[in-house]
Amino acid sequence: MRLIIKGGRVIDPANNIDELLDILIADGKIAAVEAGISEVNTETIDARNKIVCPGFIDMHVHLREPGFEYKEDIVSGTKAAAAGGFTTICAMPNTDPPVDNFVTASYIVDRAKILGVVNVLPIGTITKKQAGSELSAIAELVDAGCVAVSDDGKPVVRADIMRNALEYAKMFSIPVLSHCEDIDLAKGGLMHEGYFSTIYGLKGIPTAAEELMAARDIILAELTGAHIHICHASTKGSMDLVRNAKARGINVTCEVTPHHLTLSDEIVGSYDTFTKVNPPLRSSEHISALRAALQDGTVDCIATDHAPHNFESKDCEYELASFGISGLETAIAVVMDKLVNTGVLKINEMVGLFTVGPAKVLGIDKGSLTLGKIADISIIDPEARKVVNPNDFYSKGKNTPYKNMELKAWPWMTIVNGQVVYREGKVI
Amino acid sequence: MKLEQRKDLLGLRDMSRKEIELILDTAIPMKDVISRDIKKVPALRGKAMVTVFYENSTRTRTSFELAGKYLSADTVNLAVSTSSVQKGESLRDTIKTMEVMGFDLMVIRHAMSGTPHYVAKNTKMRVINAGDGTNEHPTQALLDMYTIKEKKGTLENLKVAIVGDILHSRVARSNIYGLKKFGCEVRVVGPTTLMPPEIEKLGVKSYFSLEEAINGVDVINVLRVQRERQQSGLFPSLDEYARLYMVNTKMLSKAKDDVLILHPGPVNRGVEISSELADSSQALINEQVSNGVAVRMALLFLMMGGARDEINN
Repeated sequence: MRLIIKGGRVIDPANNIDELLDILIADGKIAAVEAGISEVNTETIDARNKIVCPGFIDMHVHLREPGFEYKEDIVSGTKAAAAGGFTTICAMPNTDPPVDNFVTASYIVDRAKILGVVNVLPIGTITKKQAGSELSAIAELVDAGCVAVSDDGKPVVRADIMRNALEYAKMFSIPVLSHCEDIDLAKGGLMHEGYFSTIYGLKGIPTAAEELMAARDIILAELTGAHIHICHASTKGSMDLVRNAKARGINVTCEVTPHHLTLSDEIVGSYDTFTKVNPPLRSSEHISALRAALQDGTVDCIATDHAPHNFESKDCEYELASFGISGLETAIAVVMDKLVNTGVLKINEMVGLFTVGPAKVLGIDKGSLTLGKIADISIIDPEARKVVNPNDFYSKGKNTPYKNMELKAWPWMTIVNGQVVYREGKVI
Repeated sequence: MKLEQRKDLLGLRDMSRKEIELILDTAIPMKDVISRDIKKVPALRGKAMVTVFYENSTRTRTSFELAGKYLSADTVNLAVSTSSVQKGESLRDTIKTMEVMGFDLMVIRHAMSGTPHYVAKNTKMRVINAGDGTNEHPTQALLDMYTIKEKKGTLENLKVAIVGDILHSRVARSNIYGLKKFGCEVRVVGPTTLMPPEIEKLGVKSYFSLEEAINGVDVINVLRVQRERQQSGLFPSLDEYARLYMVNTKMLSKAKDDVLILHPGPVNRGVEISSELADSSQALINEQVSNGVAVRMALLFLMMGGARDEINN
């Protein structure tokens, strides 16, 4: 099985490539990246005027299976990923049962192998049942294929447990992903605390709720020498903490989401529950700080925190609505349109944040077009214009605040293990 | 003239000064209707309204119901505690049920901010916000403004101090939005833990000294203190609150001689206001309640009714 991708602008930050090249895929692997590849009888994709990248990686996805299949499952979630240009996604463990044991992790791995459209790497919990009191069987989880641990959705409240998790995770060279939230400070909060929470009369979540725990976890990473990764960092203070810690040589990485980079708390005034997300949409000064941190390398990767919900979970009073945004199918277009097309990010920086960036955080052998590697490839059409219509989503979660927004530059083709899985609007 | 462009009344933040003036002016003949021996005009005959209160209320709900009845609308109160809501019916289904029964207008109170906005988006009925969480309570602010205007002759450029739990007060927010549209100098005063962030960006001055805040003011609007705020750690005790923020007769010397005292009720005597002051002639607590009926009549009439002349004839 051979495939040629011809005439595209190949951007591979891991190998410092940015030029018009052809790619030959043979037996599911990258066989050649050079100009003028041509073979008779080999299927050839005309990628002129397209941007050809290593397959995008989203290290923060809630696939919801097992337990919440009415919100998303491995089939719909991986289709959504393919349509969004992602070839590898990490599945967060806050399922029912949570991924705190070998069996549940294996279930996800096996189901994804049979039914999944893209690569799925599970993440295990830090603590049993995410209860925050006893460490999960992390060796078992790693054995089953988990690439990191996280109690995402819930913070690890006890500092001693987090310290032990960091110490323990070192043995497996996996990062501990921290959902930073001081639950007492954040209690009852519905949106970013500030001017707009005052005028909309919604209880605010102060930035300190995130920053307190980010600071604690960075200090614990310094104490233990382990790798802490700050999930969905959303504040200027978090960026300052991470920047400072990196400068001091602490093993810390972080991700930001497309929505925290592009939407402000002002839009919550519609009381549209699709704007309700945790951490909350912040004010414009925080958006600017996140963008600056993208530019100066403080941010390691962009991750969606894809949090699909069923209709009823969002069709209700703002206070009762579930937190979360369905992000897989808009992430690339949002970042391209709002950050690349506007000059905030260079295209190769953007590609790095979705490829080699997350691959390095997770320590996985992905995110490049190096010869001999598995052929996971994402192709973007920088000229495509489309209005976001959640009814066209493959995801069961239609909850997107980008609804009805026109964006320019969309995923055009997604190739996983050398197979075309998505092409011009259709998952194959 | 009607409130023609407007389907709903959700708050004063998005309401124009002209609309507010229209409501307050229309309330004058309504007050006259209430003072008649036969308190009924046929203005809204054939119209139906429902009050849906997901939160306890004595005066607001009764006031709306009576306002509708004086105008000959058919008014129904959905008793939430005995309705299908208790069986787990969603808000959307409750709204739809009311809509298909033929109600023209729904008055809703809800403990969660933004709920009337959600309702308004999902129904053809007109919606009036009778208080949503810590967001707005527009009809309370309208009746406060009516009461002030009635006594002072104008709203223009008055100095108004709002005292108490500004953070959780929908009454404070609606008053700020309304009064600012008339050029009033609005001051907010309360403990720092009950002051919302960046409140001064709303064009108000914030104080923590009651004495400074009421210096030279025309109106003091005293907010009710809720006991659960103390329990959640926002201030040490009701005694200490009273010591710092109870408005009493003695301290009124700082304000203008003809200062008006408003309170949306229900009153915690001896906590946010002294009994002596609450019962004094400067306190307009009862006038506020009766004006509330007139203002709500005006609003119902303007939202569901015909021409203004009908009232006078």
